[in-house]
Amino acid sequence: MRPRSRAQRRAADAAIRVAMVPAALIGIAVLAWILGEVIARGVGALTPTFFTELPTPPGMEGGGLGNAIVGTLLMTLLAALMGTPVGLLAGVFLAEFGPSSRIATTVRFTTNLLMGTPSIIIGIFVYSVLVLPLGHFSGWAGAVALAILILPVVMRTTEDMLNLVPDELRESGLALGAPRWKVTLGIIFRAARSGLVTGVLLAVARVSGETAPLLFTALNSFYWPGSLSRPTANLTVTIFNYAMSPYSDWQEKAWGASLLITVSVLVVAVLARFVIKDGRERA
Amino acid sequence: MTDSTAEKLSVPPGAPRDQSRPDALFKWLTAACSLVVIVIMAGILFELVRNSGMAFREFGFSFLTTDSWNPILSDFGAASSVYGTLVSTGIAMIIAVPLSIIIAIYFVEVAHPKVSRLIGGAVELLAAIPSIIYGMWGLFVFAALMQTHVQPFLGTHLGALPLFQGPPMGIGMLTAGLILALMVLPFITAVTRDVLMMVPPVLKESAYGVGSTMWETVRFVSLKYGRRGIVGAVFLGFGRALGETMAVTFVIGNSHRISASLFSAGNTIASSLANEFNEASEPIYLSSLFALALVLFGITLAFQTMAHHWVARMQRLEGGDR
Repeated sequence: MRPRSRAQRRAADAAIRVAMVPAALIGIAVLAWILGEVIARGVGALTPTFFTELPTPPGMEGGGLGNAIVGTLLMTLLAALMGTPVGLLAGVFLAEFGPSSRIATTVRFTTNLLMGTPSIIIGIFVYSVLVLPLGHFSGWAGAVALAILILPVVMRTTEDMLNLVPDELRESGLALGAPRWKVTLGIIFRAARSGLVTGVLLAVARVSGETAPLLFTALNSFYWPGSLSRPTANLTVTIFNYAMSPYSDWQEKAWGASLLITVSVLVVAVLARFVIKDGRERA
Repeated sequence: MTDSTAEKLSVPPGAPRDQSRPDALFKWLTAACSLVVIVIMAGILFELVRNSGMAFREFGFSFLTTDSWNPILSDFGAASSVYGTLVSTGIAMIIAVPLSIIIAIYFVEVAHPKVSRLIGGAVELLAAIPSIIYGMWGLFVFAALMQTHVQPFLGTHLGALPLFQGPPMGIGMLTAGLILALMVLPFITAVTRDVLMMVPPVLKESAYGVGSTMWETVRFVSLKYGRRGIVGAVFLGFGRALGETMAVTFVIGNSHRISASLFSAGNTIASSLANEFNEASEPIYLSSLFALALVLFGITLAFQTMAHHWVARMQRLEGGDR
């Protein structure tokens, strides 16, 4: 540190303090602007038929994105059902069975790599293992792509949450003669419940807004998702297609869908925080 | 946790029933689940290499260095996409990193605790907003602002630089970089804020006690203490920006040309994949797109491995648990 006069040091401090306020304001204001714009432009599209009807061709009044809402819900639910159990058990392995073993270290590093892999690459991977060989796009492929995105997030949060559980709990359970699996699932999981629920909720919320992994797997469709073996309608790809189209009524629907997705993701994220708070208060 | 003792304890002597078999089964089940990630990563690498084989056989190493992308002549090269990926990410990081660190410092050190908690929580929520929303906003709202105000302004005042020449089209490399910056901003801010809040008050009080100003305390104590966490956050943000698809695809203009001007349209690997993958009819076209994906995968892997080792080295050099 170079010696500086007191005035210089004070001036540097004041300059930083002055620069901070506009920086913070600009950051917050732009983010608020994005939210405001989504609400202002999307609210008009959210009529009752938006939720219940099939899309109409451009220029035709009415219609909705009911099929895309159902499709997104279905695929997200399936992805959660596939990704969560595997992620939870894998997290148990990392936290409970030799956390510093070589295999666990490798798995942990690979999990980080998978978490940092762009979601569009996951989409292409699933395309080449599930869409190319079978010859058609499908809702199943979309759900698998989303499940691959959920898996590493659930693994990491599970490991972190289980590590927070004190060892005394494990030892007391084992001392009573309970087998390891019973101690883990019955005692440790219960102790870490709120954290685990939050982790899963946040992972699922994040994935429900993903577009890139669905572009080449679920594709999109104008019909109700009758079978997941066919291209399946979903909100995010619909937003992409509609926003890029030259039709103003489609663009309005895209804003409506954006608002719906944003609100749902934010609601789940807020809910997840309440779960954590609730758990901490009881603990 | 206490692995060896726990395992011994799980089979108490004279137990009525041998518990070791279900326990071994449970252990193997969890091990199998955790191996799934390794299978997936290996599968991604294998599939990308397998499917891009044709392109690499056809174009060889020059695939990486040529910037031609012509589906009609079946001539493909990755240079323009790699260039666009790196430039847009670079713009995003140059803007987002200092801004988010300053915002985080403001919340932790200057703002009223109530304001800090409220807005800090809101910023964390914003990190959860899907990237396609940023793309929509970028295309319909931000691009118009860029076209009518920002780009003409930059053109008249900094037009001497080749970076800011050309017609203001609204979309293009600069717009894409700015949208990316907005997208990673809440993310880096949230993590940096957490890291700064973890700095033990005793350390900060000592700094203030010897007469440091707020800025000096932050610079020489807080930022140093939390350096590893902040570097980690920056790396994560960088990784996100590299592979971000939707926020970029809407506003970058999708042109496979390398241009000196940041106003002109460009493309990134991810945006090319999003736009062209479903349209690629020729096998060599599809294979070239797989090759692009392999390049992106390689960049993110190399980058993350580097970050991992760098952070680990910092930890070793600093010693202790920080």
